[in-house]
Parts: sequence; structure tokens; C-alpha cells
Amino acid sequence: MTSTFSTDPEAVVAVPVVLTTDRRGNLLWLFNIRLLIGLVILAVMGLGSFILPSFAPADPSVQATYMSNMPVSSIHLLGTNSLGQDIFWFLVFAIRNSLMLGIVVGVGVTVIANIVGLSAGYIGGRFERIVMLFVDTFITVPLLPILIILGALIRGNTSFLTVGLIIVVFGWAWDARTVRSLALSLREREFINMARFSGANTLHILFREIFPYVSAYIVVGFINVVLFAINTEATLAVIGLSKVEVPTLGSIIFWALNYNALFTGQYVWLVAPIVATITLFMGLFLTSTGFNQAFASKRGLS
Amino acid sequence: MTIILKTEELNKVYRSGGIVGARQIHALRDVNITVDSDKPVVIAVVGESGSGKTTLAKTLLRLEAPTSGRAIVYDNVVAGTGATQSKREFLGLVQPIFQNPFEAFSRYRPVDAYLYETARRVAGMDKTQAEAAVADALDSVGLDHGHIRGKYTAQFSGGELQRISVARALIPQPKLIIADEPVSMIDASRRMIIINLFKRLRDEAGRSFLYITHDLATAYYISDFVAVMNKGQVVEFGPARQVMSDPQHSYTRLLLDSIPTIRSRWRPRAPVAA
Amino acid sequence: MIRLNALKISYRIGGRIIGAVDGVTLTIPDGCIVGIAGESGCGKSTLMKAIYGDIQAPMYLSGGSINYGLKGLDGRPVTTDNIRKEWFRSISYVPQSSMNSLNPVTRIREQFIDFPGTDSNKKRVLERARDYIGRLGLAPDILDSYPHQLSGGMRQRVMIGLATFFQPELIIADEPTTALDVVVQKEILMLLMEVQEQMGNTVLVVSHDMGVHYQTTHKMLIMYAGRVVEYGDTDSVFADPQHPYTKMLIDSLPTIGDDSMRGVMASQSGAGGDRAYQVEPSLVEVKPNHFVAGPALDAGALA
Repeated sequence: MTSTFSTDPEAVVAVPVVLTTDRRGNLLWLFNIRLLIGLVILAVMGLGSFILPSFAPADPSVQATYMSNMPVSSIHLLGTNSLGQDIFWFLVFAIRNSLMLGIVVGVGVTVIANIVGLSAGYIGGRFERIVMLFVDTFITVPLLPILIILGALIRGNTSFLTVGLIIVVFGWAWDARTVRSLALSLREREFINMARFSGANTLHILFREIFPYVSAYIVVGFINVVLFAINTEATLAVIGLSKVEVPTLGSIIFWALNYNALFTGQYVWLVAPIVATITLFMGLFLTSTGFNQAFASKRGLS
Repeated sequence: MTIILKTEELNKVYRSGGIVGARQIHALRDVNITVDSDKPVVIAVVGESGSGKTTLAKTLLRLEAPTSGRAIVYDNVVAGTGATQSKREFLGLVQPIFQNPFEAFSRYRPVDAYLYETARRVAGMDKTQAEAAVADALDSVGLDHGHIRGKYTAQFSGGELQRISVARALIPQPKLIIADEPVSMIDASRRMIIINLFKRLRDEAGRSFLYITHDLATAYYISDFVAVMNKGQVVEFGPARQVMSDPQHSYTRLLLDSIPTIRSRWRPRAPVAA
Repeated sequence: MIRLNALKISYRIGGRIIGAVDGVTLTIPDGCIVGIAGESGCGKSTLMKAIYGDIQAPMYLSGGSINYGLKGLDGRPVTTDNIRKEWFRSISYVPQSSMNSLNPVTRIREQFIDFPGTDSNKKRVLERARDYIGRLGLAPDILDSYPHQLSGGMRQRVMIGLATFFQPELIIADEPTTALDVVVQKEILMLLMEVQEQMGNTVLVVSHDMGVHYQTTHKMLIMYAGRVVEYGDTDSVFADPQHPYTKMLIDSLPTIGDDSMRGVMASQSGAGGDRAYQVEPSLVEVKPNHFVAGPALDAGALA
């Protein structure tokens, strides 16, 4: 430990003395154990599920490709299921599709929620009141019942991404509210006035001044939405209301349940996707809370 | 003689509370101040918290709209009925300096970004002109552009940040700079650097200042005129020397009496138990 | 008499050690008001916390000791380790921000009753409190109010009331009037002086405002960079300041009626000034009761 005499120790306690001359120093502050583990899990599952499919010997969603109910072996890493599909490859595609859906929904929700929330919170006045009325209406609409009803009406005749779209439409409102209250608190800070007197217009202030302060929340929010989207889709799939031919984490479980995997002793079929789902969620959760912790500790020092 | 500052029956009422039981806060009551002069001046507005001095600053800076009345700065109507200026024109006329130097700039942007922005957007300069203007402005507050370039708020002291704020305010060559408690968050010994800077800018660069403060001593030191505010009203107004040496209003006298001066004691010192 | 012996207090932050108080040796006499002056970062607040006994991580005692010259309830001498038991009894604290110190959801009277070791007869305590509050210039029904219903000045009076209720021998006031308007500040300072005169206890007042020191203190000490640069009777320090830092502080005060150019010394010190003010930790008596520290010998070492 180096001993330093600083003539401003109170300031150091409140604000960490930035001894490096560049802005963020190195990014070491960012990484803590939690975040590292989370990112590793996501990297493995993400890269694995996006790269591996190019090596798949066959389209895993096609039924009766192989003999059914084969045990774990070197050819079929997780065996095959009652439909004659290779479980391992099905799982890989499933993770990929679920992740893709999650990311698409995540991006959609984040973009919409931030545009709406930031502008409402910052502009205020009548504009804010009208927008928030809109937002609050969407918040109160319960997502799952709507999806179930829609799913029951459409019954698998919808494209996989339509489900994603519906989740976006009903999922953006909650985050919008959070972002708006952030923008509200930032609006009052002095540097916003400084920017105004420097000639900045509203758009400029939103993106250059306010956005950096909310970026930490956006990162965490995005990951949470991904989690939420995958979860919702899986829930629908398990009930059979999504396009269950498409491999997703939920649809595996759907088929496994429908073919009574538990009772026929095909534990791998059922357990594999559950383990994968839990691991994926753990990865997302750890990453999200890891970022939260990193940002909070940085804020706490600064 | 130009009208440097004139407020006519300026009023500001805030409503707080909901539909039931709302309270009205009369932050500015019939404020009438007139300052005419040929030369640039420093006008001090002194008062305690709740006196309305900050509301006055906000109204003149167009951060709040007056409930009634109007305000004129350098022959231009800036607030109230008849305020016709575009935002750009206004920013070229009036510029602020705020109280908290650490909140003056975003943590995530280099501080000179604000200076460049002011030069490009308010003063309408191109890149080369802006570069020169920024260097000039920093020079006039005693800072070197090379030292400031690309650095962030956390790398400066309060006094330096406040000087950078002054530099930024100077760039569009405003006629009036409104400084709202500019030195209250700075150490006592470094305050005078900023205060002396205001003096110099008035004398050498021809800028007028509206100096809002609760510190009568610094107000006395640099102002030409003083307005004393209490509970939203201006209770006394006049040339600084005159108001401070011969106060007419009881509140002004009370304020002057309460300053812990180092010239005379409030009560005789009790002998110390040895 | 409180004796500080080569006291050093440091902070452990993120793997680094930051010295806040860097060797203070001082004797604080009884029965007077002692002012501690200095600017932000000089260590005055840390010194007060150390004397008060509020030393908790990341702050720690890195050298020296404090002799309080007091005996606790159990008859044993008070030291830095057991001083907590004496809080509000022999030693008490008036903080800068009363709003942060008064429990916002309880009435003021609860704060008086809640003291450990109070008379168990709550009614009696309350009556004494009402009576005492009256003498501090507050209406007795203040006790039935919540803190947010009172003005800043009234709250600070309540804090002084709480701090002096048990007639402690030492009161530490850390920037007690900084958050108050100047008119109220005068009232609170006058109250503090009256209370001290009546009780004859020792009051340590921390303030960055030299005017406050001039008006209220008998003796004062000026700190810079964790060390004491000057210490003496207030009159002597103001009339004949010895150390350049003290001179600069006094020079930076404009006064009404005085038209001379102020703050020249501060601008001259500029970047090199910090070095010029650094001192050795030991004080030398240059006039009766007036001590000053010599310039730092190894000024270059503290980089």
C-alpha cells in the first residue's frame, strides 16, 4: 500500500481522486466475481449456440431423423427423444433461438422505453402527462393473459418472431416509467442548465448530457428484459401456445411433457433443457447484478 | 445612459400542494429595481435564504416565467410581456454562473466541450474562431487552455471549475453576467480570486454583473449598487457604499449587525479560567 | 485539560492510506472556547471526530494518543477506547446539519427522554427539558413538535440543548452555524457563548469563517494539511499573525468599510503556495501563549 499525503482527504473520501489522467482509468472497476461468472456463462452459451449450429449434421427440428430413445453416446451426446430428434442439437438450436428472441425483444423494448421515458421525463409539462397516460395504460395491461388468449386464438399459426413482437408491445411500458423518473431527477441538475446556456437544444441535451447518466441503468435494464422475454416465451411454449415446432427452451419442455418423458424414463430429454434454462438465467442474472454492483460501487466512490 | 437592469412590478408566485389545501409562496413581490449607467456595473442582490434573490436570478435567466411584471436588461425586455428575443439572442445578452462548481459540468464530458459548444452554437463561430475564442476566454480567467483540454470535472478544484464557468460565460460576449452565489461553495481564501476576477472583467472587459449573494462583505467589496431583499421584496436599494454605511431599513441594519466582522466584538470577552 | 500527543489519524481507502491528521501535539485548556480554523481538507473535522471518539473504519488512529483528563462514571480515566460511554455525559457534539441528527419521525421530546442513563422518571426529565429549553430561547411546546416543523435556527438550538443538557465538560461543535442564515448565526453563537459562560465548560468550535472565530473564541488554532500551523489567544492571533497561512486567511476577508484590495496573497500563492504553507508538526512559542509551527524541513518529500 502506498502512503500518500493528500491535502484534500475529505474530498477523497467523497470523490475518489482520479490519479490517472484519462477519464475512466482502466476498466478494472467494472469486473467483480459475479459479473465475470455471468459473462463467462453467457459467452459460452451464446457463442456455443450461435457457432455450433453450422456444424449440425441435420436440422434438429425434423422429426424421425434418427432412431428414437437412444441413450447418451458419442454420436448422440444427449441421446435422442421419442420423436427421433437428437436432443443435444435440438438443445443447441433451442438456446440460440431463445437467445435471439430475447435479444430482439431486449433491443426493441430498450429503444422504445428509453426514447419515450427520456423525452417524457425531460420535456415535462403537457407532453409528459399525455405520454405517461399512455405508458400507464400499457403497464396495467397484464401481459401473460393477453398472450395466452392470443396464443389460443392463433394456436401455433404465428411466426416465432410475432410472439417476440407481442412481448415488445406489452413489455416496453414498465421500463419507460423507470427511465422517465431517472430523467426527471436529472432535469434539475445544474449541468443541464449549463448545457442550455451553451446553446444545446433538447435532442442534444437528451443524448449528450442525460444519456450517459442513465446508461448504467440501460445496460442492466436490457439484460433484465432479455431474461423476461426468454422466460415469457418459454412459459407460452410449455403451455403449447407458441410455435412449438421451432426449437426453443420452452418447446423442448413442451414436447418432453407431452410425451411423458418423466414416466418413460427419458430424464435427459426433460432435465437437459431445464438445466440449460437455469444456467442461462443464472448467466443473465449474474451479469445483470454484476453490472449493477460495478456501477454502484463506482457511483459510491464517485 | 443605458438601462442596465430594470424590473417593473415583477412578481412570482409558486403554488405547492395538490388540489386541496394548496399553498402559495410569494417568492417575488412587486420587485422594482432600476439601474441606469454609462459604464458597466456590478449590482449585488443580497438576502438570506427565502428572500427571493435566487428566484430573481432564475426569472432574469428565463428559467422561470414571472407571474406578472417584466424585466429589462440593457434595453431589451427579457422577461414578462413583450419579451420577444429569440433564444440565441438572449444567450448572447445574458449568461449565468451557478453556485455549485462540481455540478456545473457533466461528469462524462470534458469541460472544454461546453466552451466549444458555446462558441459554436451561441456565438455562431466556426471551428478556428471557436478555438481562438476558447483559448482567449480561458486566458482572461487565468487558465491555460493546454492544461484544461480534454479533462473532466473530477480533475479540477472548485475554484478552477468556477473560473472555467466564468470563461464559458464570457465567450458570447454577454452584456450581463448573472452570478448566483458563485463563491459560496469555495474556500474562503480562494474566493477573492474569483471576486477580483469579476472586478477586473467589469473594468477591463466591460461586462456588467448581477452578483447574488448572502455575503455582504464581498458585496460591499465589488458592487456599485446593492439591493437588499427580504421575503420576496426589495427593502433597500442604492449605491453600495451608501447602503452599507448608512442603511435606512431596519432589516438592512439587522443584516449588517449580524455579520461576524473582525473589527469589533458583539459582546465583551469573558475572562478565561486559567 | 485535553492533551493531544503527536496524534495521527488516517483513512484506509481502496488500498491506499490517506493521512488526514498528521501529527498534532496540543494542550487544550479548560473552561474556554477554542476555535479550529482551516479550509476544506485540512483535517479539522477528522480531528474533531477523533477527539469525540467517533473513530470508525475507514478512519483509524495511526499514531499518538489523546489524554482526556476526565474520569468516567466507573472512576477509571477516559481514553479513546471507552469514550463512547461518556457521550452526552461528559462530552457532547453539536453537528453541522441538525436535520441529519434529529430523528425525523419522533417528536423532539423523545430525543431528550431517550438518552441512556437518564433519570428513569420520564416525567421529571421532561419537565427539566421544558424548563431548559425555555432558557435557550425556545417556546416549551417545541418539545411536542417534529423536527421538520421547526426552522433551521430552532433545530440548531435544540441540538445545543441536547448537547448541553447533562452539563458536559467538553462540547464539540463542528461548523454549527455554517448552514444557517447570518442573522440566525449570530443568535446561535451568542447562545453558545452564554451557555459556555454559565457552565464553564470547554467548547471546541470548528469553522472556516474567521469572523466567527474572532467573535466567539478565546483561543484559536489554524490547521493546514493535517498539522497545526498556529495556535494562540484569538486576540493575539488576529492582531499579530505569525504564519503566512494565517496571514493569508485574514487577508482574504473583505470587511465593510474597508476599501483596500483583498485576496492578493491568495492569488500570489497560486500553485507553489501549498508547499510554502507546509509545516513541521511541532509548535514553538514565539510570544506568550502564541505558538507557531516551523516550515516543513522536507517539503519536497511530500509529493
